[in-house]
Amino acid sequence: MIPKTTVACVALLLVLLWPGGPALAQQQPPPAQPSAAQEGFVPVDQLPKPQDTMPAARLVAIAYAFVWVMLFGYVVSIWRRLSSVERELESVSRRIGSGGRTP
Amino acid sequence: MNKLFVPLAVVAAAMFVYAPFMILAAPYESTMGLVQKIFYFHAPIGMTMFMSAFVCGIGSAIFLFTRRPGADRVAVAAAELTAILGIIVLVTGPLWARKAWGVWWEWDARLTSSLVLWLIFEAYLLLRRYGGPGSDRLAAGVAIFGMANVPFVYWSVNVWRTMHPKTSVVPTLLPGMRGPFWFCFLAFTIFYVLTLHLRTRLEKRRAELEAVYLATEE
Amino acid sequence: MTFVRAVWLITRKDLLIEARSKEILLTTLFFSVSCVLVFAFGFVREGRAVENAAAGILWIAIAFSGTLALGRAFERERQSETLRALMIAPIPRPALYLGKLLGIVLLLAAVEAIVVPLVSLMFQAPLFAYPWLTVGLLATGTIGFAAVGTMFAAMLVRARSRDVLLPVLLYPITIPVIIAGVRGTAALLQAEVDLPMARLWLSMLVFFDVVFVTLALWTFEPVMTE
Repeated sequence: MIPKTTVACVALLLVLLWPGGPALAQQQPPPAQPSAAQEGFVPVDQLPKPQDTMPAARLVAIAYAFVWVMLFGYVVSIWRRLSSVERELESVSRRIGSGGRTP
Repeated sequence: MNKLFVPLAVVAAAMFVYAPFMILAAPYESTMGLVQKIFYFHAPIGMTMFMSAFVCGIGSAIFLFTRRPGADRVAVAAAELTAILGIIVLVTGPLWARKAWGVWWEWDARLTSSLVLWLIFEAYLLLRRYGGPGSDRLAAGVAIFGMANVPFVYWSVNVWRTMHPKTSVVPTLLPGMRGPFWFCFLAFTIFYVLTLHLRTRLEKRRAELEAVYLATEE
Repeated sequence: MTFVRAVWLITRKDLLIEARSKEILLTTLFFSVSCVLVFAFGFVREGRAVENAAAGILWIAIAFSGTLALGRAFERERQSETLRALMIAPIPRPALYLGKLLGIVLLLAAVEAIVVPLVSLMFQAPLFAYPWLTVGLLATGTIGFAAVGTMFAAMLVRARSRDVLLPVLLYPITIPVIIAGVRGTAALLQAEVDLPMARLWLSMLVFFDVVFVTLALWTFEPVMTE
C-alpha cells in the first residue's frame, strides 16, 4: 500500500498547483511584434479550428490493428488456459497413478 | 475434428495473410472512400457474431432439454466468442462511422440492437461466473432469450429507417468487392470453428480435472 | 384441477398476501414516484420538461420499479420456501409461471394507475388523449417486461448474487420492449400525434409479448428443475 505521507504530499501539491495553472496561463507576456529582419511569428488571437475528422487511413489502420490484436490475444488466452489445465490434469493423474493419495 | 485442425489452421492463417492484399486491390466505394475498407472485416465479423449467438442458443436449448454436458460446453465457448466478436464489431463500427457519418455513435436500430445482443451475452458470462451452482441451466435460459434477439437485430435495419447500410448491400456487391468480402467471411468462419473447438476443449479439460479432483476426495 | 384454476389459485395467493401487508405495493409505488422525481430534476429546464422526456421517464420508472417488485416478490417466496412447495405441488409448471406472471402484472398495473396520471400532470403530457392506445401500450409493455422478469427472478431464487444479477440479466433482454414502449408513448405525446407509428409500436409489443411468454413457458420447466 502507498504510505499515507506520500498520499498527503501529492494531494497537497495538487491543491497548491491547481489554481496556479490557469493563473500562469493568463500571465503570458504579450506577443512581440516581429522586427523587419525576422520572418516573424505572427500573433493570432485564436487558434485555428482543429480538423474535424481523423484522416481515413488512420481509422482503417486502427480498426484492422484492433481486430488482429483482439483475435490473436483471445487465441493466446485460450491456449494459455488450456495448457495450464492440461498440465494440472497430467500432474494429478500422475500422482494418482503413483499411490492414489488425495492431492 | 482433431485431424482437420492443423490443416484448417494453416488454411486460415494463409487466408488472413492474403486478405489485406485482396482488400487493398478492391475498388474504393464512391461516397466513403478508403474508410469503407473496414467493411471487409467489420461485416464478416458481424455475421460470425450472429452465427455464434445462434450456436450458443441452440447449444443451450439442447443442454436444457437433454442435459448433455457437451452441449453446455459448446454454449459457454460460443458465448465467450460472441462477446469477443461483439467487442470487435462495436469498436470497428464506430471507427468507420466517425469518417462515414461524422459521429462515433448513433442510436439507430442496428447499432442499438447489436449493443443489446452483446450485453445479453456478457450477462450470460457474468451469470456463469457469479451465479453459483446451478447457473449452467439458468444461463442456458438466458442464451435462448438472447438467441431470439438475433433475427430481430438482423431485420431491424429493414423495418426502421436507419443510417446503417441495409442488408441488401451484401447480396448486391459488385464483383470487385464481392471477392474480398466472401473471402474474409470464409476466413473468419474457419477461424470461428477452430477457436470454438479450442475453447470447447478447454471446458472439457476443466470438467475432467474437476471430475478427477472429486474422485480423489474420498 | 384445470390449468386455469391452477393459475388463478397461485395469483390469488399472491394477491391475498399482498392485500394483507401491502408491502410490495406501497414500496414499489413510493419508489416509482421518487424515480419520476429524480428524473424530472434531470430533464426539466426552466420549469418545462424537455421534449419526449415524459415518455422516457414513465417507462424507466416502470422498468426500475418492476425490477424492485420482482426481486421482492420472489425474495418472499425464497424466505418461506414456498417456491419449493409450489414446485412439488401437482400443478403444471407453466401454470405456476403464468400465475406468478399474472400476480406481478396486476401489481404493476396498480402502480401504473397512480404513476401514469402523475406523470401526465407533472409534465403536462396529454397521456389520456388516446386512452385505449395508451392503455394498450402500457399493458403490452408491462406484460412483456414482467414475462421476462418473472422467468429470470424465478430462475435466480436459488442463485448466488441474485440481487445484482436480476437487473444485469433483465435489462438487456427487455430493452426492445422498453424502446417500443417509449417510442409508442412518445408518438402519442408529440405535437402532431403520430397514430400509425403508435399502432406500429403497439403491434411490435404484442409480438414481443407472444415471443417472450412462449419462450418462458417452454423453458420454465427445464430451467427450474434440479
